[in-house]
Amino acid sequence: MAATALPPGRTTRIRLDGDAWAKRGFIAIIALYLVVALALPLYAMLSKAFSTFQFDLGRYEFQVSDAAGTFDGTIVTGAELNATAGVYAPEDLIAGSADRMPVAKLFADFSFRSPVRYRVRGVTAGDAFVAGSDRVAGGAWQEYDSNTFRRVALLPFASTGLGNFTRYFSTPSLVRSIENSLVISTLSTIVTVLLAFFFSYALNRSCMRFKGVFRLIAMAPILVPSLLPGIALVYLFGNQGFLKALMMGETIYGPIGIVAGSIFFTFPHAMLIISTALAISDARLYEAATSLRASRWKIFWTVTVPGARYGLISAAFVVFNLVITDFGLPKVIGGQYNVLAVDIYKQVIGQQNFEMGAVVSVVLLVPALLAFAVDRLVQRRQVALLSARSVVYQPKPDRGFDWLCFAYCGLIAFFILAILGICQFAALVKFWPYDLSLSLKNYAFDLMDGGGWQAYRNSIQLALLTAVFGTIVVFVGAYMVEKTDGFLAGRTLFQFLAMMPMAIPGMVLGLAYIFFFNNPANPLHFIYATMAILVLSTITHFYTVSHLTAVTALKQMDNEFESVASSLKQPFFKLFARVSVPVCLPAILDISIYLFVNAMTTVSAVVFLYSTDTALASIAVLNMDDAGDIAPAAAMGMMIFYTNVAARTAHAFISNSVLKRTQAWRLR
Amino acid sequence: MFLKPLKKLSLALACTTAVVGAVNAAELTVYTAIEAEDLARYAEEFNKVNPDIKVNWVRDSTGVITAKLLAEKDNPQADVIWGLAATSLLLMKSEGMLEPYAPAGVEQLDKKFVDSSNPPTWTGMDAWVASICYNTVEAEKAGLTPPTSWKDLTKPEYKGMVIMPNPNSSGTGFLDVSSWLQMFGEEEGWAYMDALHENIAQYTHSGSKPCKQAAAGEIPIGISFAFRGAKSKADGAPLEIIVPSEGVGWDMEATAIVAGTDDLDAAKKLVDFTITKQASEMYNVGYAVVAYPGVAKPVQFFPPNLTEKMIDNDFEYAANNRAAILKEWQARYDSKSEAK
Repeated sequence: MAATALPPGRTTRIRLDGDAWAKRGFIAIIALYLVVALALPLYAMLSKAFSTFQFDLGRYEFQVSDAAGTFDGTIVTGAELNATAGVYAPEDLIAGSADRMPVAKLFADFSFRSPVRYRVRGVTAGDAFVAGSDRVAGGAWQEYDSNTFRRVALLPFASTGLGNFTRYFSTPSLVRSIENSLVISTLSTIVTVLLAFFFSYALNRSCMRFKGVFRLIAMAPILVPSLLPGIALVYLFGNQGFLKALMMGETIYGPIGIVAGSIFFTFPHAMLIISTALAISDARLYEAATSLRASRWKIFWTVTVPGARYGLISAAFVVFNLVITDFGLPKVIGGQYNVLAVDIYKQVIGQQNFEMGAVVSVVLLVPALLAFAVDRLVQRRQVALLSARSVVYQPKPDRGFDWLCFAYCGLIAFFILAILGICQFAALVKFWPYDLSLSLKNYAFDLMDGGGWQAYRNSIQLALLTAVFGTIVVFVGAYMVEKTDGFLAGRTLFQFLAMMPMAIPGMVLGLAYIFFFNNPANPLHFIYATMAILVLSTITHFYTVSHLTAVTALKQMDNEFESVASSLKQPFFKLFARVSVPVCLPAILDISIYLFVNAMTTVSAVVFLYSTDTALASIAVLNMDDAGDIAPAAAMGMMIFYTNVAARTAHAFISNSVLKRTQAWRLR
Repeated sequence: MFLKPLKKLSLALACTTAVVGAVNAAELTVYTAIEAEDLARYAEEFNKVNPDIKVNWVRDSTGVITAKLLAEKDNPQADVIWGLAATSLLLMKSEGMLEPYAPAGVEQLDKKFVDSSNPPTWTGMDAWVASICYNTVEAEKAGLTPPTSWKDLTKPEYKGMVIMPNPNSSGTGFLDVSSWLQMFGEEEGWAYMDALHENIAQYTHSGSKPCKQAAAGEIPIGISFAFRGAKSKADGAPLEIIVPSEGVGWDMEATAIVAGTDDLDAAKKLVDFTITKQASEMYNVGYAVVAYPGVAKPVQFFPPNLTEKMIDNDFEYAANNRAAILKEWQARYDSKSEAK
């Protein structure tokens, strides 16, 4: 081994055996999946943002007759006419694809009663215009009397450039949304993080009773679509609400409603992160502080808060990101308060202005990407806090403090349950507020917009497919990346792709999918408007968290397993199936339930992608609320909740029984 | 394990084949914005005449269906559009997306309901008409007097008491705006909306929501359409449906064949059916104004004088100026809609 006299041999390289090649193959396949499901659609969306429409007056020519209707043969272009008449400024020439430009305005002395006749043509056959509602191809001269000529309008041309962005930033109502989005996100973040911090503090630092129950209730908002708190708030604080008096004349439709609803649906996310941060703090620090006779107050500020600071920062950015990219809640309760995510929807669905929708998406990407980057940076530091010598903090009973914690958590739990309870109540009431007798008529979904009971069945199908295929793709991808030697460039690229979905708002992803998959030249076009595209988008949308869960579980497994297996000449898939999968089963089950629950509740990505055959329950909630059928919307929202509760319960049950069989080794 | 991507693929294929392979001889993909509850009834009536043609509905709101059709311009998925706002169809016509066809018996229809081109590219089915939904219970609580005209709605007593649909997302909202501009003229029309804006509590995304909110007492006055009001009233809401004296805007639901359909014959048969007397009788269940003359019977709770109050709507004006009107509307009301 230590011989130094040997002549230098060939430079050593890792010899790639069949296994290594297969693993690289898998990485390539799943990376390809991410490229197709994420990178290419985003590229398509970006290029759409730069594809503009504008009127080109130089491509049209006109002739004007005298009063007797004879033409003298003078030809003028539209550009020349505009130069003299000066009716259209350069910014008027930037258009959306549905804009039409009437040409009669170019003639200062135009009157539709005059006997003057007009000739018009586009210079080439492609330069079409409309006469009334008929499309007229360019090339040949067309003659119109003045009354018909008033109905002639030019069509815009496609080109590329920054025109859409210029138009965006010069439209005050659109730019205003940036400020609005930032305001509500910041407000919600501050309040949610504060509330969640004290909740987690009570859970981790007190000896109050019913901790498990509180934790369970605090997680409930994850199981409903973000629209549901909006509906509940309307019933509580709307003009016919129970508690309208508490609003003191303010309206719930607007920033107040958005912030209140956002706190509800982001609370569990913040609570989980902060709770983890508090749970890992080191008891030795507290011992030291107590022996230095520091007061409880002082310990809180010098030990607890600094220890949890990365958790707090991370929670803040996660909440910020969730709120700014959320679409359902502001749609339901935002009233006239425009935010970016709703603007995308309005541009695309209301005005058919896909280009502007893409521009708003790009604008929304900026804060989302920033929040994501900061969060990643902070998360990396958080890990460094844990050391092997840390001692887990054990709270000691303290009657007064425990009761205070209990009261606080009870209050929060009450609010959460009240929001859910009011939805269930509203769903069962016959005709709010005039007839409060109970009936099941709001469950007759088939008579309403949104897809009926079929939508509910579709949602379950989507959730199951997403859970099964998503877990397979995610776990295999994570395994190959974690347990492959060498190939650093490929693995880094893969990690990057796997982290990206978290930074991409769902609305943006959905819109990007329209641009990419609805292009007839795309060989994958056939999945458009099928269940497959919904599954694909949902897996991609929730890829990152699943991937991180898998990676964390795999990191806990020693790499020696791979070395041993290969020295025993065992193919990697045998190791994968017999060791890795069983050991990581808890994580695999967690990934699948995470995907299931999110597929049931997601609205943002799929709102652009569903078709009549694949309508979803979460979208039905949105559409029924949109049509004013608020009680049925609440009813469907609660159906989603119960389904998720059932799925969670099944998950807990399966986990327990499976874990008993596969994880017994951990206890030995 | 190599099978995973394949499985996905076959799953997607299975989904598509499940839709394509069925018993009927011909299938048509029909895009529509008709109220969801009417779809099954319409298809059933059609199948009584043409049992061998299966209708596959793709239903969504006017805005969504229009966006979908425009997005699929170069690769149309629909065979027929049955029940979409005429203003939307005109937009598609100017993009060359519709197949001109004179359905059998088109000469029987009211001229208002047929495209002026020859052969026509679209034919109308029925009209949906703007109206004000007025909640008598809530109005009494607030001490309001019922409005009788559009101009009344600008009175200070209604401040914060009116909801109307946002024309940027709702077809009903757009027909209101375009009718005011046509009735009052551009200048006065915008001045009217400036005054009305002072009283508006909220602009909703959908056209039926204002009436449903009025029905639920969320607001005393909802600008919506008559059909919705009649339905909510039938459900027991304390509503009065007011037809403003100046006249009311309307749009029609219309039918057209999408250029590039794979089954032109079946598409023609469907369009032929949509303009028959029988079809108009079928529309009459929900719509008081239908294309076939002499068919319309009064609909329960529908305001009786509605038909005569319908303005002489210039659809072409509405379609060609739509983008410009919406831009102006957005600039005026969307930006200052929230008090600082």
